[in-house]
Amino acid sequence: MKTTYYPGCTLKTKARNLEDSAIASMAALGVELEELPRWNCCGAVHSLADDDLIHHVAPVRDLIRVLETGSRQVVTLCSMCYNTLARANLLMREDEEKRKTINSFMDEEIDYHGEVEVLHLLGFLRDKIGWDRVREKIKVSLDGLKVAPYYGCTLLRPREVSIEPPGSFALLNEFLRALGAIPVPFSAASTCCGSYQILGNPAAALQASTGILEAALRSGAEAMVLSCPLCEFNLGKKQDTLLQEGALSARMPTFYFTQLLAISLGLAPETGRFELNEPSSVEFLKTKGLVASG
Amino acid sequence: MTIKLSTKTVEKDFIKKLREVSGQNIFTCMQCGMCTGSCPMTEQIDASPRRIMRMVQYGLEEKICEYKTFWTCASCYNCSVNCPRGIDIARVMESLRLLMLRRNTDYVTICELPKETVEEMPQIALVSGFRKMTS
Repeated sequence: MKTTYYPGCTLKTKARNLEDSAIASMAALGVELEELPRWNCCGAVHSLADDDLIHHVAPVRDLIRVLETGSRQVVTLCSMCYNTLARANLLMREDEEKRKTINSFMDEEIDYHGEVEVLHLLGFLRDKIGWDRVREKIKVSLDGLKVAPYYGCTLLRPREVSIEPPGSFALLNEFLRALGAIPVPFSAASTCCGSYQILGNPAAALQASTGILEAALRSGAEAMVLSCPLCEFNLGKKQDTLLQEGALSARMPTFYFTQLLAISLGLAPETGRFELNEPSSVEFLKTKGLVASG
Repeated sequence: MTIKLSTKTVEKDFIKKLREVSGQNIFTCMQCGMCTGSCPMTEQIDASPRRIMRMVQYGLEEKICEYKTFWTCASCYNCSVNCPRGIDIARVMESLRLLMLRRNTDYVTICELPKETVEEMPQIALVSGFRKMTS
């Protein structure tokens, strides 16, 4: 099976560990992720103003690229790209007036009416592959590993693009169970990490991140799993700063969900690109015997 | 906080502009505070979303500008999904940001960001941050 896949900017630079582990894992599950030709940055955030249509042009252009491949489906990995593409898609499908304006502005492109289905890889795993198939392919069970499932904001909100029914928090639990891990529910699974405020108000973002990490630590989780490179930055890479400042009580290893999937599928550790995670996260995997020491 | 209301303090143009840009009927807000209760930034903001909504209803543009609430909003949509009146409050916050940015002011000055910050941040942080905080 092949499917069109939209990487986005961060996956090609800071989050190679997310992209490489996903491509390798999906190949092991019999799915080829075909990179969308001529993709451009989606804009990272959905424009929320009624009179600001110009910022919808970038994600809509990407969706037109998908149509041109002959596919009616695009898979994303980054949560922010998912949110931006899915909402631009709904806007083009449901708002006739704005659709006309955007289509006539892009008169060099074919008209777009929201024909494509935008999926996040987690939803793709659940709906197109199925947990039973994932379980069949597992070679290294994450036996008993206690993992906090962190969704963040953009996979669940607003409701119209949520990857699962609001309030259910089932998808990451099912994913972790398929890998043999134990999902540990915690109170901050969909609390905002501070997002882009790490740029404008770093103190506010770091306080939000600290609250999430402490909630995960209190729940007894040994590690946290997530899918957004910005969440990974605020919750993972910023832990050094938080520990140095005494704001955080202990470390919480963080991983992209695809990295845990790659380990479980028995793929070579290089495919997980764990060197791009915090060193302590890799050390944690070594102590658990999930990545070879050395 | 004491706010004196008069025809001079209530900026009707501001209310009209905000309703146009946000597409939201701010007058349906009944001040229940669900937005504030679900806001992850409450410890960091000087006026709660509920208070900002009240000030918006009175058109107190200059008063709202004294607070950093809409600049500290991370567009997490908790307020929007929890509002029992169906107001997309994230859109109201975005509109407040835009009305300020359209005065040709920036909240973040790109050329003043430390080199290390730009180097270490994931691209989506820069793109989304610049989208929300620069004109």
